[in-house]
Amino acid sequence: MLTLTLREQPTVPLETDGVTPDRLAPCSRDEVEALTVWHGNRRAKVGDFFAVSGQAGEELRVEGDLRRVKFLGAGMTAGRLTIAGDAGMHTGAGMSGGELVVAGAVGDFAAVGMRGGRLVVEGSAGHHLGAAHQGERAGMRGGEILVHGDAGEQVGAGLRRGLIAVAGRAGAAAGLRMLAGTIVALGGLGARPGAAMRRGTIVAMSEVTLLPTFAFNCTYRPQFLRLYLRRLRALGLPLTDQQIEGRYARWSGDGLELRRGEILILESERSLA
Amino acid sequence: MRLAGAEIVDTFAEAFPMWGARILMTAETPGWAHEAARSLTGFATSVIGCKCEAGIERELDPAETPDGRPGVSALLFAPDRDGLAKRLVERVGQSVLTCPTTACFNGLEAEKTVNVGGQLRFFGDGYQASKVLDGRRYWRVPVMEGEFLVQERFAVAEGVGGGNIIMLGVDSASALRAAEAAAAAMRSVRGVILPFPGGIARSGSKVGSRYSGLMASTNDALCPTLRAQVPNTEVPPGVGSVFEIVIDGLTVEAVSDAMAQGLDAAARSGASHVTAGNYGGNLGPYHIALKDLLPGAGEG
Repeated sequence: MLTLTLREQPTVPLETDGVTPDRLAPCSRDEVEALTVWHGNRRAKVGDFFAVSGQAGEELRVEGDLRRVKFLGAGMTAGRLTIAGDAGMHTGAGMSGGELVVAGAVGDFAAVGMRGGRLVVEGSAGHHLGAAHQGERAGMRGGEILVHGDAGEQVGAGLRRGLIAVAGRAGAAAGLRMLAGTIVALGGLGARPGAAMRRGTIVAMSEVTLLPTFAFNCTYRPQFLRLYLRRLRALGLPLTDQQIEGRYARWSGDGLELRRGEILILESERSLA
Repeated sequence: MRLAGAEIVDTFAEAFPMWGARILMTAETPGWAHEAARSLTGFATSVIGCKCEAGIERELDPAETPDGRPGVSALLFAPDRDGLAKRLVERVGQSVLTCPTTACFNGLEAEKTVNVGGQLRFFGDGYQASKVLDGRRYWRVPVMEGEFLVQERFAVAEGVGGGNIIMLGVDSASALRAAEAAAAAMRSVRGVILPFPGGIARSGSKVGSRYSGLMASTNDALCPTLRAQVPNTEVPPGVGSVFEIVIDGLTVEAVSDAMAQGLDAAARSGASHVTAGNYGGNLGPYHIALKDLLPGAGEG
Protein backbone atom coordinates (compact mmCIF):
# COMPACT_ATOMS: atom_id res chain seq x y z
CA MET A 1 0.00 0.00 0.00
CA LEU A 2 1.23 3.48 -0.88
CA THR A 3 0.81 6.20 1.72
CA LEU A 4 0.91 9.95 1.09
CA THR A 5 1.23 12.04 4.22
CA LEU A 6 0.58 15.76 3.95
CA ARG A 7 3.39 17.55 5.73
CA GLU A 8 1.46 20.72 6.54
CA GLN A 9 -1.80 22.28 5.50
CA PRO A 10 -1.33 24.33 2.33
CA THR A 11 -1.91 28.07 2.53
CA VAL A 12 -4.29 27.97 -0.43
CA PRO A 13 -6.20 24.94 -1.72
CA LEU A 14 -4.11 22.20 -3.23
CA GLU A 15 -5.65 20.41 -6.22
CA THR A 16 -4.66 16.77 -6.52
CA ASP A 17 -6.66 15.77 -9.57
CA GLY A 18 -5.32 12.45 -10.81
CA VAL A 19 -3.77 11.26 -7.59
CA THR A 20 -5.71 8.01 -7.56
CA PRO A 21 -4.78 4.40 -6.79
CA ASP A 22 -5.23 3.27 -10.37
CA ARG A 23 -3.04 6.07 -11.76
CA LEU A 24 -0.34 5.56 -9.14
CA ALA A 25 -0.31 1.77 -9.20
CA PRO A 26 2.39 1.40 -11.88
CA CYS A 27 4.51 4.29 -10.55
CA SER A 28 7.73 4.14 -8.58
CA ARG A 29 8.04 6.31 -5.51
CA ASP A 30 10.10 8.88 -7.48
CA GLU A 31 7.47 9.00 -10.18
CA VAL A 32 4.74 9.54 -7.61
CA GLU A 33 6.67 12.40 -6.02
CA ALA A 34 7.10 13.99 -9.43
CA LEU A 35 3.40 14.03 -10.29
CA THR A 36 1.85 17.43 -10.84
CA VAL A 37 -0.48 19.06 -8.35
CA TRP A 38 -1.73 22.64 -8.33
CA HIS A 39 -1.15 24.88 -5.35
CA GLY A 40 -3.52 27.71 -6.06
CA ASN A 41 -2.51 28.80 -9.55
CA ARG A 42 1.03 27.45 -9.30
CA ARG A 43 2.19 24.12 -10.61
CA ALA A 44 3.85 21.96 -7.98
CA LYS A 45 4.78 18.34 -7.34
CA VAL A 46 3.30 15.73 -5.05
CA GLY A 47 6.65 15.49 -3.31
CA ASP A 48 6.52 19.20 -2.43
CA PHE A 49 3.59 18.58 -0.10
CA PHE A 50 3.44 14.90 0.69
CA ALA A 51 5.83 12.39 2.21
CA VAL A 52 5.56 9.27 0.11
CA SER A 53 6.02 5.86 1.70
CA GLY A 54 5.21 2.26 0.92
CA GLN A 55 4.75 0.61 -2.41
CA ALA A 56 2.17 1.56 -5.01
CA GLY A 57 -0.53 -0.99 -5.66
CA GLU A 58 -4.27 -1.29 -5.58
CA GLU A 59 -4.49 0.60 -2.29
CA LEU A 60 -3.63 4.20 -1.62
CA ARG A 61 -3.83 5.97 1.71
CA VAL A 62 -3.68 9.71 2.21
CA GLU A 63 -3.05 11.16 5.65
CA GLY A 64 -2.83 14.60 7.22
CA ASP A 65 -5.01 17.69 7.53
CA LEU A 66 -6.58 17.47 4.08
CA ARG A 67 -9.38 20.01 4.42
CA ARG A 68 -7.72 22.26 1.87
CA VAL A 69 -6.85 19.44 -0.48
CA LYS A 70 -9.28 19.26 -3.37
CA PHE A 71 -10.10 16.56 -5.91
CA LEU A 72 -8.79 13.67 -3.82
CA GLY A 73 -9.72 10.53 -5.73
CA ALA A 74 -11.24 12.51 -8.55
CA GLY A 75 -11.53 10.41 -11.67
CA MET A 76 -10.45 7.18 -10.04
CA THR A 77 -11.48 4.08 -11.94
CA ALA A 78 -10.38 1.21 -9.71
CA GLY A 79 -8.64 0.29 -6.50
CA ARG A 80 -9.20 1.56 -3.00
CA LEU A 81 -8.38 5.01 -1.66
CA THR A 82 -8.55 5.67 2.06
CA ILE A 83 -8.47 9.21 3.35
CA ALA A 84 -7.58 9.19 7.02
CA GLY A 85 -9.49 12.28 8.09
CA ASP A 86 -11.40 15.14 6.54
CA ALA A 87 -11.11 15.89 2.83
CA GLY A 88 -11.68 19.05 0.82
CA MET A 89 -13.98 19.92 -2.02
CA HIS A 90 -14.57 17.77 -5.12
CA THR A 91 -13.46 14.58 -3.39
CA GLY A 92 -14.22 11.65 -5.70
CA ALA A 93 -15.49 13.93 -8.44
CA GLY A 94 -16.09 12.02 -11.64
CA MET A 95 -14.96 8.72 -10.20
CA SER A 96 -16.08 5.71 -12.21
CA GLY A 97 -14.85 2.75 -10.21
CA GLY A 98 -13.14 1.53 -7.09
CA GLU A 99 -13.88 2.46 -3.51
CA LEU A 100 -13.07 5.74 -1.84
CA VAL A 101 -13.40 5.76 1.94
CA VAL A 102 -13.15 9.01 3.88
CA ALA A 103 -12.73 8.57 7.60
CA GLY A 104 -13.88 12.12 8.28
CA ALA A 105 -16.00 14.70 6.49
CA VAL A 106 -15.87 15.84 2.87
CA GLY A 107 -16.35 19.33 1.48
CA ASP A 108 -18.78 20.54 -1.15
CA PHE A 109 -19.18 18.93 -4.56
CA ALA A 110 -18.05 15.49 -3.41
CA ALA A 111 -18.60 12.87 -6.12
CA VAL A 112 -20.07 15.36 -8.58
CA GLY A 113 -20.45 13.71 -11.95
CA MET A 114 -19.76 10.30 -10.45
CA ARG A 115 -20.21 7.39 -12.87
CA GLY A 116 -19.44 4.31 -10.83
CA GLY A 117 -17.70 2.85 -7.82
CA ARG A 118 -18.45 3.69 -4.24
CA LEU A 119 -17.78 6.71 -2.01
CA VAL A 120 -18.11 6.13 1.72
CA VAL A 121 -18.00 9.17 3.99
CA GLU A 122 -17.84 8.30 7.64
CA GLY A 123 -18.42 11.90 8.67
CA SER A 124 -20.65 14.45 6.99
CA ALA A 125 -20.72 15.80 3.44
CA GLY A 126 -21.04 19.36 2.19
CA HIS A 127 -23.36 20.78 -0.42
CA HIS A 128 -23.94 19.33 -3.89
CA LEU A 129 -23.04 15.78 -2.95
CA GLY A 130 -23.29 13.61 -6.09
CA ALA A 131 -24.68 16.56 -7.99
CA ALA A 132 -23.97 17.84 -11.47
CA HIS A 133 -20.85 19.71 -12.45
CA GLN A 134 -21.63 23.39 -12.68
CA GLY A 135 -23.34 24.04 -16.00
CA GLU A 136 -24.20 20.42 -16.68
CA ARG A 137 -27.73 19.04 -16.68
CA ALA A 138 -27.07 15.52 -15.40
CA GLY A 139 -25.29 14.77 -12.16
CA MET A 140 -24.19 11.43 -10.85
CA ARG A 141 -24.66 8.70 -13.47
CA GLY A 142 -23.90 5.57 -11.50
CA GLY A 143 -22.31 4.14 -8.39
CA GLU A 144 -23.07 4.45 -4.71
CA ILE A 145 -22.51 7.17 -2.13
CA LEU A 146 -22.90 6.40 1.56
CA VAL A 147 -22.67 9.18 4.12
CA HIS A 148 -22.76 8.23 7.77
CA GLY A 149 -23.31 11.80 8.94
CA ASP A 150 -25.36 14.66 7.48
CA ALA A 151 -25.24 16.14 4.00
CA GLY A 152 -25.63 19.72 2.83
CA GLU A 153 -27.98 21.23 0.31
CA GLN A 154 -28.78 19.89 -3.15
CA VAL A 155 -27.79 16.30 -2.54
CA GLY A 156 -28.07 14.48 -5.86
CA ALA A 157 -29.05 17.55 -7.83
CA GLY A 158 -29.52 16.39 -11.42
CA LEU A 159 -29.02 12.77 -10.36
CA ARG A 160 -29.26 10.53 -13.42
CA ARG A 161 -28.54 7.07 -12.02
CA GLY A 162 -27.12 5.53 -8.86
CA LEU A 163 -27.75 5.52 -5.14
CA ILE A 164 -27.05 8.19 -2.54
CA ALA A 165 -27.74 7.29 1.07
CA VAL A 166 -27.37 9.73 3.96
CA ALA A 167 -27.62 8.31 7.47
CA GLY A 168 -28.18 11.77 8.93
CA ARG A 169 -30.12 14.70 7.60
CA ALA A 170 -29.99 15.79 3.97
CA GLY A 171 -30.25 19.54 3.47
CA ALA A 172 -32.61 21.59 1.39
CA ALA A 173 -33.46 20.79 -2.21
CA ALA A 174 -32.28 17.19 -2.13
CA GLY A 175 -32.87 15.67 -5.55
CA LEU A 176 -33.25 19.05 -7.20
CA ARG A 177 -34.00 18.51 -10.90
CA MET A 178 -33.12 14.84 -10.57
CA LEU A 179 -33.68 12.70 -13.63
CA ALA A 180 -33.63 9.22 -12.09
CA GLY A 181 -31.76 7.27 -9.44
CA THR A 182 -32.38 6.96 -5.72
CA ILE A 183 -31.72 9.13 -2.69
CA VAL A 184 -32.29 7.72 0.79
CA ALA A 185 -32.23 10.07 3.78
CA LEU A 186 -32.47 8.30 7.10
CA GLY A 187 -32.32 11.42 9.26
CA GLY A 188 -34.77 13.73 7.55
CA LEU A 189 -34.98 15.96 4.51
CA GLY A 190 -34.69 19.71 4.29
CA ALA A 191 -37.09 21.98 2.44
CA ARG A 192 -38.21 21.48 -1.15
CA PRO A 193 -37.07 17.91 -1.72
CA GLY A 194 -37.41 16.77 -5.29
CA ALA A 195 -38.06 20.24 -6.67
CA ALA A 196 -38.35 19.92 -10.47
CA MET A 197 -37.53 16.23 -10.37
CA ARG A 198 -38.58 14.29 -13.46
CA ARG A 199 -38.09 10.69 -12.38
CA GLY A 200 -36.33 8.83 -9.62
CA THR A 201 -36.93 8.11 -5.98
CA ILE A 202 -36.35 10.04 -2.76
CA VAL A 203 -36.88 8.07 0.43
CA ALA A 204 -37.47 9.77 3.77
CA MET A 205 -37.79 8.10 7.14
CA SER A 206 -39.51 10.99 8.90
CA GLU A 207 -42.13 13.60 8.11
CA VAL A 208 -41.33 15.91 5.23
CA THR A 209 -42.84 19.18 4.07
CA LEU A 210 -43.46 18.63 0.40
CA LEU A 211 -43.96 21.13 -2.35
CA PRO A 212 -47.61 21.55 -3.36
CA THR A 213 -46.71 20.12 -6.75
CA PHE A 214 -46.47 16.63 -5.27
CA ALA A 215 -49.60 14.47 -5.11
CA PHE A 216 -50.35 11.60 -2.76
CA ASN A 217 -50.99 8.14 -4.25
CA CYS A 218 -51.26 5.58 -1.49
CA THR A 219 -49.40 3.94 1.36
CA TYR A 220 -47.81 0.58 0.58
CA ARG A 221 -44.76 -1.60 0.94
CA PRO A 222 -42.47 -0.98 -2.05
CA GLN A 223 -40.80 -4.29 -2.85
CA PHE A 224 -37.79 -2.73 -4.48
CA LEU A 225 -37.06 -0.67 -1.40
CA ARG A 226 -36.44 -3.79 0.65
CA LEU A 227 -33.57 -4.62 -1.69
CA TYR A 228 -32.11 -1.15 -1.37
CA LEU A 229 -32.42 -0.87 2.38
CA ARG A 230 -31.09 -4.37 3.00
CA ARG A 231 -28.09 -3.54 0.86
CA LEU A 232 -27.50 -0.31 2.75
CA ARG A 233 -27.67 -2.18 6.02
CA ALA A 234 -25.17 -4.69 4.69
CA LEU A 235 -22.91 -1.77 3.81
CA GLY A 236 -23.05 -0.50 7.38
CA LEU A 237 -25.85 2.07 7.54
CA PRO A 238 -28.14 1.84 10.57
CA LEU A 239 -31.37 0.58 9.00
CA THR A 240 -34.03 -0.83 11.31
CA ASP A 241 -36.36 -3.70 10.54
CA GLN A 242 -39.24 -1.26 10.72
CA GLN A 243 -37.68 0.85 7.98
CA ILE A 244 -37.01 -2.18 5.81
CA GLU A 245 -40.38 -3.82 6.27
CA GLY A 246 -42.50 -0.73 6.81
CA ARG A 247 -45.16 0.94 4.74
CA TYR A 248 -44.38 4.09 2.81
CA ALA A 249 -46.57 6.90 1.57
CA ARG A 250 -45.96 7.43 -2.12
CA TRP A 251 -46.08 10.97 -3.45
CA SER A 252 -45.67 11.68 -7.16
CA GLY A 253 -44.04 14.74 -8.56
CA ASP A 254 -42.86 17.19 -9.47
CA GLY A 255 -46.16 18.17 -11.10
CA LEU A 256 -44.40 20.99 -12.89
CA GLU A 257 -42.31 18.39 -14.68
CA LEU A 258 -43.30 14.83 -15.70
CA ARG A 259 -44.76 13.80 -12.33
CA ARG A 260 -42.84 10.55 -12.82
CA GLY A 261 -40.69 11.01 -9.75
CA GLU A 262 -41.63 9.80 -6.31
CA ILE A 263 -41.02 10.63 -2.70
CA LEU A 264 -41.56 7.71 -0.35
CA ILE A 265 -42.14 8.61 3.28
CA LEU A 266 -42.05 5.97 5.99
CA GLU A 267 -45.37 5.69 7.74
CA SER A 268 -44.75 6.98 11.23
CA GLU A 269 -46.00 5.38 14.40
CA ARG A 270 -48.05 8.53 14.98
CA SER A 271 -49.85 8.17 11.68
CA LEU A 272 -50.46 4.50 12.47
CA ALA A 273 -52.13 5.39 15.76
CA MET B 1 -26.22 -56.56 -9.26
CA ARG B 2 -28.31 -56.53 -6.12
CA LEU B 3 -28.92 -53.81 -3.58
CA ALA B 4 -31.04 -54.34 -0.48
CA GLY B 5 -33.06 -57.06 -2.14
CA ALA B 6 -33.59 -55.25 -5.42
CA GLU B 7 -32.08 -56.29 -8.71
CA ILE B 8 -30.16 -53.40 -10.25
CA VAL B 9 -30.11 -53.81 -14.00
CA ASP B 10 -26.72 -53.27 -15.62
CA THR B 11 -27.74 -50.39 -17.86
CA PHE B 12 -27.50 -46.65 -18.05
CA ALA B 13 -29.63 -43.53 -18.20
CA GLU B 14 -29.13 -41.50 -21.32
CA ALA B 15 -29.36 -37.78 -20.68
CA PHE B 16 -29.01 -34.88 -23.06
CA PRO B 17 -28.23 -31.14 -22.93
CA MET B 18 -30.98 -28.69 -22.07
CA TRP B 19 -30.87 -25.03 -21.18
CA GLY B 20 -31.86 -24.24 -17.63
CA ALA B 21 -32.70 -21.26 -15.44
CA ARG B 22 -33.30 -20.84 -11.73
CA ILE B 23 -36.19 -18.60 -10.72
CA LEU B 24 -36.52 -17.24 -7.20
CA MET B 25 -40.00 -16.22 -6.15
CA THR B 26 -40.57 -14.37 -2.90
CA ALA B 27 -43.79 -13.31 -1.24
CA GLU B 28 -45.18 -12.01 2.01
CA THR B 29 -45.83 -15.57 3.19
CA PRO B 30 -44.36 -18.96 2.29
CA GLY B 31 -47.83 -19.94 1.13
CA TRP B 32 -47.98 -17.31 -1.59
CA ALA B 33 -44.43 -18.04 -2.67
CA HIS B 34 -45.45 -21.67 -3.10
CA GLU B 35 -48.58 -20.66 -5.00
CA ALA B 36 -46.46 -18.74 -7.47
CA ALA B 37 -43.98 -21.59 -7.77
CA ARG B 38 -46.68 -24.19 -8.29
CA SER B 39 -48.27 -22.07 -10.98
CA LEU B 40 -44.95 -21.33 -12.68
CA THR B 41 -44.00 -24.99 -12.76
CA GLY B 42 -47.45 -26.28 -13.67
CA PHE B 43 -48.01 -28.14 -16.91
CA ALA B 44 -44.28 -28.49 -17.46
CA THR B 45 -43.72 -32.22 -17.22
CA SER B 46 -42.12 -32.87 -20.57
CA VAL B 47 -40.88 -30.91 -23.55
CA ILE B 48 -42.85 -33.35 -25.68
CA GLY B 49 -46.11 -31.62 -24.87
CA CYS B 50 -45.28 -28.65 -22.66
CA LYS B 51 -42.33 -27.03 -24.49
CA CYS B 52 -40.41 -27.01 -21.23
CA GLU B 53 -39.82 -28.96 -18.04
CA ALA B 54 -39.99 -27.29 -14.66
CA GLY B 55 -40.20 -28.07 -11.01
CA ILE B 56 -39.76 -26.65 -7.55
CA GLU B 57 -36.19 -27.01 -6.38
CA ARG B 58 -36.64 -26.07 -2.72
CA GLU B 59 -38.09 -23.64 -0.22
CA LEU B 60 -35.87 -20.70 0.65
CA ASP B 61 -35.33 -19.22 4.06
CA PRO B 62 -35.86 -15.43 4.16
CA ALA B 63 -32.14 -15.03 4.84
CA GLU B 64 -31.43 -16.60 1.44
CA THR B 65 -33.66 -14.38 -0.69
CA PRO B 66 -32.77 -11.01 -2.23
CA ASP B 67 -35.55 -9.16 -0.43
CA GLY B 68 -35.48 -11.04 2.84
CA ARG B 69 -38.93 -12.55 2.42
CA PRO B 70 -39.93 -16.21 2.27
CA GLY B 71 -39.23 -17.72 -1.09
CA VAL B 72 -39.17 -20.73 -3.34
CA SER B 73 -36.67 -21.56 -6.06
CA ALA B 74 -37.71 -23.36 -9.21
CA LEU B 75 -35.78 -24.66 -12.18
CA LEU B 76 -37.03 -24.44 -15.73
CA PHE B 77 -35.49 -26.28 -18.67
CA ALA B 78 -36.04 -26.06 -22.41
CA PRO B 79 -34.27 -27.58 -25.42
CA ASP B 80 -32.69 -24.31 -26.53
CA ARG B 81 -31.87 -20.88 -25.17
CA ASP B 82 -34.42 -18.95 -27.20
CA GLY B 83 -37.13 -21.35 -26.18
CA LEU B 84 -36.13 -21.03 -22.57
CA ALA B 85 -36.32 -17.25 -22.79
CA LYS B 86 -39.84 -17.44 -24.22
CA ARG B 87 -41.02 -19.86 -21.57
CA LEU B 88 -39.57 -17.69 -18.84
CA VAL B 89 -41.38 -14.61 -20.08
CA GLU B 90 -44.64 -16.54 -20.48
CA ARG B 91 -44.54 -18.25 -17.15
CA VAL B 92 -43.19 -15.42 -14.99
CA GLY B 93 -45.69 -13.14 -16.69
CA GLN B 94 -48.69 -15.38 -16.26
CA SER B 95 -47.89 -17.08 -12.98
CA VAL B 96 -45.72 -14.80 -10.86
CA LEU B 97 -46.72 -11.32 -11.99
CA THR B 98 -50.33 -12.29 -11.35
CA CYS B 99 -49.75 -13.88 -7.94
CA PRO B 100 -50.41 -11.70 -4.87
CA THR B 101 -47.41 -10.14 -3.06
CA THR B 102 -44.73 -11.85 -5.14
CA ALA B 103 -41.45 -10.64 -6.56
CA CYS B 104 -39.24 -12.58 -8.96
CA PHE B 105 -35.46 -12.78 -9.17
CA ASN B 106 -32.77 -14.59 -11.09
CA GLY B 107 -31.20 -17.32 -8.99
CA LEU B 108 -28.38 -18.52 -11.21
CA GLU B 109 -24.85 -17.30 -11.84
CA ALA B 110 -23.93 -17.84 -15.47
CA GLU B 111 -22.32 -15.96 -18.30
CA LYS B 112 -25.32 -15.94 -20.61
CA THR B 113 -28.54 -14.15 -19.74
CA VAL B 114 -31.96 -13.64 -21.27
CA ASN B 115 -34.30 -10.72 -20.98
CA VAL B 116 -37.31 -11.45 -18.80
CA GLY B 117 -38.20 -8.41 -16.71
CA GLY B 118 -37.31 -6.19 -19.63
CA GLN B 119 -40.13 -7.83 -21.59
CA LEU B 120 -42.65 -7.98 -18.77
CA ARG B 121 -42.18 -4.30 -18.01
CA PHE B 122 -44.44 -3.41 -20.93
CA PHE B 123 -47.38 -4.62 -18.89
CA GLY B 124 -46.86 -1.35 -17.02
CA ASP B 125 -48.10 0.53 -20.07
CA GLY B 126 -45.60 3.30 -19.67
CA TYR B 127 -45.87 3.60 -15.88
CA GLN B 128 -43.16 1.03 -15.24
CA ALA B 129 -39.90 2.17 -13.72
CA SER B 130 -36.51 0.55 -13.44
CA LYS B 131 -33.98 0.52 -10.65
CA VAL B 132 -30.34 -0.46 -10.92
CA LEU B 133 -28.76 -1.80 -7.76
CA ASP B 134 -25.29 -3.30 -7.56
CA GLY B 135 -25.15 -3.63 -11.33
CA ARG B 136 -28.48 -5.42 -11.65
CA ARG B 137 -31.55 -3.84 -13.18
CA TYR B 138 -34.98 -4.47 -11.75
CA TRP B 139 -38.34 -3.46 -13.13
CA ARG B 140 -41.16 -2.12 -11.03
CA VAL B 141 -44.45 -2.83 -12.74
CA PRO B 142 -47.49 -1.14 -11.21
CA VAL B 143 -50.33 -3.58 -10.59
CA MET B 144 -53.68 -3.30 -8.86
CA GLU B 145 -52.30 -4.80 -5.67
CA GLY B 146 -49.32 -2.44 -5.56
CA GLU B 147 -46.17 -3.20 -7.49
CA PHE B 148 -44.55 -6.24 -9.06
CA LEU B 149 -40.77 -6.35 -8.90
CA VAL B 150 -38.90 -8.48 -11.40
CA GLN B 151 -35.25 -8.70 -12.30
CA GLU B 152 -34.49 -7.70 -15.86
CA ARG B 153 -32.15 -10.48 -16.89
CA PHE B 154 -32.09 -14.12 -15.89
CA ALA B 155 -29.00 -16.24 -16.27
CA VAL B 156 -29.30 -19.38 -18.37
CA ALA B 157 -26.87 -22.26 -18.50
CA GLU B 158 -26.51 -25.51 -20.32
CA GLY B 159 -27.86 -28.22 -18.06
CA VAL B 160 -28.86 -31.83 -18.35
CA GLY B 161 -32.28 -33.27 -19.09
CA GLY B 162 -33.55 -36.80 -19.14
CA GLY B 163 -31.71 -38.36 -16.24
CA ASN B 164 -33.93 -41.15 -15.00
CA ILE B 165 -34.42 -44.26 -12.95
CA ILE B 166 -37.20 -46.80 -13.42
CA MET B 167 -38.60 -48.78 -10.50
CA LEU B 168 -40.35 -52.11 -10.87
CA GLY B 169 -42.46 -53.80 -8.22
CA VAL B 170 -44.68 -56.78 -7.73
CA ASP B 171 -47.73 -54.53 -7.69
CA SER B 172 -48.65 -50.89 -8.06
CA ALA B 173 -48.60 -50.19 -4.32
CA SER B 174 -45.11 -51.53 -3.71
CA ALA B 175 -43.67 -49.97 -6.87
CA LEU B 176 -45.22 -46.61 -6.02
CA ARG B 177 -43.93 -46.82 -2.45
CA ALA B 178 -40.43 -47.33 -3.81
CA ALA B 179 -40.84 -44.49 -6.28
CA GLU B 180 -42.12 -42.14 -3.58
CA ALA B 181 -39.14 -42.95 -1.39
CA ALA B 182 -36.81 -42.37 -4.33
CA ALA B 183 -38.43 -39.02 -5.17
CA ALA B 184 -38.22 -37.88 -1.56
CA ALA B 185 -34.53 -38.76 -1.43
CA MET B 186 -33.82 -37.00 -4.71
CA ARG B 187 -35.42 -33.77 -3.52
CA SER B 188 -32.58 -33.34 -1.03
CA VAL B 189 -30.19 -32.73 -3.93
CA ARG B 190 -29.81 -29.10 -5.01
CA GLY B 191 -29.76 -28.18 -8.66
CA VAL B 192 -32.23 -30.82 -9.83
CA ILE B 193 -35.96 -31.08 -10.36
CA LEU B 194 -38.35 -33.95 -10.94
CA PRO B 195 -40.81 -32.47 -13.44
CA PHE B 196 -43.57 -35.09 -13.31
CA PRO B 197 -46.51 -35.05 -10.89
CA GLY B 198 -45.14 -35.73 -7.44
CA GLY B 199 -41.86 -36.34 -9.21
CA ILE B 200 -43.12 -39.64 -10.61
CA ALA B 201 -44.28 -40.68 -14.09
CA ARG B 202 -46.38 -43.76 -14.60
CA SER B 203 -46.28 -43.42 -18.35
CA GLY B 204 -42.71 -43.55 -19.52
CA SER B 205 -42.49 -43.22 -23.27
CA LYS B 206 -40.47 -44.49 -26.17
CA VAL B 207 -39.48 -42.40 -29.16
CA GLY B 208 -41.93 -42.52 -32.06
CA SER B 209 -45.20 -44.31 -32.68
CA ARG B 210 -46.96 -46.42 -35.25
CA TYR B 211 -49.20 -43.38 -35.75
CA SER B 212 -47.67 -40.68 -37.90
CA GLY B 213 -47.30 -37.32 -36.18
CA LEU B 214 -46.78 -38.70 -32.70
CA MET B 215 -43.32 -37.99 -31.35
CA ALA B 216 -43.63 -40.45 -28.53
CA SER B 217 -45.82 -43.30 -27.39
CA THR B 218 -46.14 -45.67 -24.47
CA ASN B 219 -43.05 -47.59 -23.48
CA ASP B 220 -44.65 -50.94 -24.31
CA ALA B 221 -41.53 -52.87 -23.39
CA LEU B 222 -42.08 -51.82 -19.76
CA CYS B 223 -45.86 -52.16 -19.65
CA PRO B 224 -46.64 -55.17 -17.41
CA THR B 225 -50.03 -55.64 -19.06
CA LEU B 226 -48.28 -56.24 -22.38
CA ARG B 227 -45.62 -58.61 -21.09
CA ALA B 228 -47.00 -61.49 -23.11
CA GLN B 229 -47.92 -59.36 -26.10
CA VAL B 230 -44.80 -57.47 -27.07
CA PRO B 231 -41.80 -59.30 -28.42
CA ASN B 232 -39.18 -57.19 -26.66
CA THR B 233 -40.67 -57.00 -23.17
CA GLU B 234 -38.35 -55.94 -20.39
CA VAL B 235 -40.81 -56.79 -17.63
CA PRO B 236 -39.50 -59.71 -15.57
CA PRO B 237 -41.88 -62.37 -14.35
CA GLY B 238 -43.69 -61.37 -11.17
CA VAL B 239 -43.55 -57.64 -11.86
CA GLY B 240 -46.94 -55.94 -11.87
CA SER B 241 -46.19 -52.24 -12.03
CA VAL B 242 -43.44 -49.82 -13.17
CA PHE B 243 -42.76 -46.15 -12.41
CA GLU B 244 -40.18 -43.73 -13.76
CA ILE B 245 -38.58 -40.68 -12.25
CA VAL B 246 -37.13 -38.17 -14.68
CA ILE B 247 -34.45 -35.80 -13.40
CA ASP B 248 -33.38 -32.53 -14.97
CA GLY B 249 -30.44 -30.72 -13.45
CA LEU B 250 -28.08 -27.83 -13.83
CA THR B 251 -25.08 -30.20 -13.95
CA VAL B 252 -24.56 -33.85 -14.78
CA GLU B 253 -23.03 -34.27 -11.33
CA ALA B 254 -26.24 -33.09 -9.66
CA VAL B 255 -28.31 -35.42 -11.85
CA SER B 256 -26.03 -38.36 -11.06
CA ASP B 257 -26.15 -37.56 -7.37
CA ALA B 258 -29.94 -37.46 -7.42
CA MET B 259 -30.08 -40.74 -9.32
CA ALA B 260 -27.80 -42.36 -6.75
CA GLN B 261 -29.96 -41.12 -3.87
CA GLY B 262 -33.09 -42.34 -5.62
CA LEU B 263 -31.61 -45.70 -6.56
CA ASP B 264 -30.63 -46.42 -3.00
CA ALA B 265 -33.97 -45.29 -1.55
CA ALA B 266 -35.99 -47.26 -4.08
CA ALA B 267 -34.01 -50.43 -3.48
CA ARG B 268 -34.54 -50.12 0.26
CA SER B 269 -38.25 -49.37 -0.08
CA GLY B 270 -39.56 -52.42 -1.85
CA ALA B 271 -38.59 -52.16 -5.50
CA SER B 272 -37.99 -55.56 -7.01
CA HIS B 273 -35.88 -54.13 -9.81
CA VAL B 274 -34.37 -50.75 -10.67
CA THR B 275 -33.42 -49.93 -14.21
CA ALA B 276 -32.99 -46.85 -16.39
CA GLY B 277 -34.12 -45.64 -19.78
CA ASN B 278 -31.89 -45.05 -22.73
CA TYR B 279 -32.01 -44.90 -26.48
CA GLY B 280 -29.11 -47.15 -27.22
CA GLY B 281 -26.66 -44.39 -26.54
CA ASN B 282 -27.51 -42.55 -29.74
CA LEU B 283 -29.55 -39.63 -28.42
CA GLY B 284 -27.71 -38.02 -25.57
CA PRO B 285 -24.05 -37.50 -24.71
CA TYR B 286 -24.48 -38.20 -20.99
CA HIS B 287 -24.54 -41.90 -20.11
CA ILE B 288 -25.04 -42.47 -16.40
CA ALA B 289 -24.51 -46.13 -15.55
CA LEU B 290 -26.47 -47.49 -12.61
CA LYS B 291 -23.57 -49.64 -11.47
CA ASP B 292 -21.54 -46.47 -10.93
CA LEU B 293 -24.23 -45.13 -8.62
CA LEU B 294 -24.29 -48.04 -6.22
CA PRO B 295 -22.97 -47.44 -2.70
CA GLY B 296 -19.24 -48.00 -2.72
CA ALA B 297 -18.93 -47.67 -6.49
CA GLY B 298 -15.73 -45.96 -7.47
CA GLU B 299 -14.03 -46.75 -4.16
CA GLY B 300 -10.80 -48.67 -3.96
